Amino acid sequence: MIDVAVVDYGMGNLRSVEQALRKVAPNDKIIVSDDAGVIANARRVVFPGQGAMPDCMRELETRGLRNAVLEAARNKPFLGICIGLQMLFEHSTEGNVAGLGILRGEVVRFASDLRDAQGSRLKVPHMGWNRVHQISTPRPEVEDALAFSTAGGGKLDSGLAGTHPLWNGIGQNARFYFVHSYYVRPQDAALIQATSDYPQPFVCAVARDNLFGVQFHPEKSQTAGLKLLQNFVQWNP
Amino acid sequence: MLAKRIIPCLDVTAGRVVKGVSFVELRDAGDPVEIARRYDEQGADELTFLDITASSDDRGIIFRIIEQVASQVFIPLTVGGGVREVGDVRNLLNAGADKVSINTSAVLNPQLVADAAGRYGSQCIVVAIDAKQTGTGCWEVFTHGGRKATGLDAVKWAKKMQGLGAGEILLTSMDRDGQKNGFDLPLTRAVTDALEIPVIASGGVGNLQHLADGVKQGGADAVLAASIFHFGEYTVQQAKQFMATQGIEVRL
Repeated sequence: MIDVAVVDYGMGNLRSVEQALRKVAPNDKIIVSDDAGVIANARRVVFPGQGAMPDCMRELETRGLRNAVLEAARNKPFLGICIGLQMLFEHSTEGNVAGLGILRGEVVRFASDLRDAQGSRLKVPHMGWNRVHQISTPRPEVEDALAFSTAGGGKLDSGLAGTHPLWNGIGQNARFYFVHSYYVRPQDAALIQATSDYPQPFVCAVARDNLFGVQFHPEKSQTAGLKLLQNFVQWNP
Repeated sequence: MLAKRIIPCLDVTAGRVVKGVSFVELRDAGDPVEIARRYDEQGADELTFLDITASSDDRGIIFRIIEQVASQVFIPLTVGGGVREVGDVRNLLNAGADKVSINTSAVLNPQLVADAAGRYGSQCIVVAIDAKQTGTGCWEVFTHGGRKATGLDAVKWAKKMQGLGAGEILLTSMDRDGQKNGFDLPLTRAVTDALEIPVIASGGVGNLQHLADGVKQGGADAVLAASIFHFGEYTVQQAKQFMATQGIEVRL
């Protein structure tokens, strides 16, 4: 049996994800696959993604992988990364395209005129290492303010590390590597597992049941990223 | 907040890391895989490999190096040098590169940048620009490792590359490369102010203050250096600690 299947729908490079999984789970059978049957039979599924969301959605359809991904997201440990997180939502303003609709909410672009506190221009894509504020306990009233406001302002940072098992052993505010121009706005604030700031808070990790999704790239985030992947391959939701 | 990145650059030829002065006089700096691991341990935010092999004979070497590095080092890897077609981009990504840097071929065939970004996403397409000052506030783009003038204005060219889908610009001052007297700050500032996408400053780092200046005065999103790290003058960690004391956000 396959321990971890990495969904290959022909977009970009999945080598990095595969290599990082091999590093944290040297005895597991890990396979990069575009075969719906392999994905259906794997114990865990990683759903990565790079490039533009309309292309990713189209390729997923063309290769007949939509149902396999939907099914996996329903019933086994499932990790969405970057566009793989974004595709879980209902809609993206990138190309005005529908996502898989597993999670309610939309995907929107960073504004093009962002400035930091010193007045320097913030570039898009948001590229590089940023701090990830893990959410410790759900606090719906504060989370609502964050999830619905593009202006942000809602700070969820209680100072406590996140309670989700995938944060196990990862320090609060640890830095992860990001490269993206769009981010998710979940409708249900209780899903939010982490935020990052650019310059306002945006959601960078969500979870529901057997599902976890991250905007950053754990496979490229050195120690903290490998720890998250290790937590994923050991996770039994 | 997002950290400013420090990127050690490894110029690779015949399977070795080398470093030259103004693109000539090469000096051996060691084994690329070993050096990559060392910088990773020191906290490098990314690594850039430039394949400066003149002939196409040794082309396969860079793929083997990237494969080896990518299986051991889990930070972003950029690879450039000799990228001529979309197939080259694919092969480098498959070998384990996260981003591919395009320089001369972008000038000869700008559509390559659009095609590669369209196929693999802007996030993995870096356009490298080698620029030389031609007057006050004027810089010209050079290609073929700095040997060929193009007549293109560096700032306008950078904007054009952004428009075609480049996700990032790697900007090297040929006047400063290997001179150790600091980045060309007016060039860096001119390009970074003109663009929405991140700019990596390169060429001329001789000490840690130069790195800080590239960010604070040049406005760079990332700073790239080679010889100060290769020959043991400073570690990446020392560079980050110094930048932090200057009030720059870094990943420590």
